Amino acid sequence: MEDAASPGQSRTNLNEAALLARMQAGDDGAFEACVRTYCSRLLLVARRILRNDEDANDAVQDAFLSAFKGISQFKGQARLGTWLHRIVVNAALGRLRRLQRHPEKSVEDLLPHFGEGEHQIDPPVPWQATPETVMENRETRELVQRCISQLPENYRIVLLFRDIEGIATEETAEIIGTSTAVVKTRLHRARQALRSLLDPHFRRGNV
Amino acid sequence: MNCREFTEFLHEYLFGDLPADERAEFDKHLGECPWCVAYLDSYQKTIQLERAAFPAPEDAPLPADAPEELVQAILRARQRAS
Repeated sequence: MEDAASPGQSRTNLNEAALLARMQAGDDGAFEACVRTYCSRLLLVARRILRNDEDANDAVQDAFLSAFKGISQFKGQARLGTWLHRIVVNAALGRLRRLQRHPEKSVEDLLPHFGEGEHQIDPPVPWQATPETVMENRETRELVQRCISQLPENYRIVLLFRDIEGIATEETAEIIGTSTAVVKTRLHRARQALRSLLDPHFRRGNV
Repeated sequence: MNCREFTEFLHEYLFGDLPADERAEFDKHLGECPWCVAYLDSYQKTIQLERAAFPAPEDAPLPADAPEELVQAILRARQRAS
């Protein structure tokens, strides 16, 4: 039993490599097999971001079309499912941004700035208690989603992959094509920037 | 440690595997700086708010089949695009 995962894993890799080769050769049946294999999983990801079935369907469709368009360039450096995951997250985020029509902000402007004595120029004010009922109500969720959508794409994707989708640092780095150190730094800055955007809404006395 | 260093590396303090002497530097600063206490608290709440904003779908298991209408729509769109 202990060894069962290993042959299964290599079989999956083999099947994936075969599917990829057929798609790259333009085999219609392979494209259909790919959609049937990954559609449900990608739909869950898109629904999680967009919270609306129709928009999620559109994002998944956009993602597959974008993936198929670029299939000849895909060299199998990541798993096919991982690559599609990244594409659908991008498609869903792009759609979310268009729906919300909030321009991206510069991260530099949202990071803490320091003055004399290396203290923050705008000293942090405590946030008031945010019980689960406040965190999970619809208005709060929409506010946080709006603020996330204002982060530049490079930062937003890392935040979403790491904090929301729970993808490991190493895998995120692989998908984005960067180092784990960059992922860690970007995640920290994205959280700091998001904190700055949320700050006026959660400062003590403002909720 | 000053406030700039604290805010720059606080993710290491929260999630990293810091040696005890470095953790002690962060703890010491927190004991002296109410601003960084407030910053740390709001940073942690930011992460909680992110996660609450995108709750996991209630039914975690994957549906067995892809929605047929969507599959067909994607395949038709591919034919049109090619």
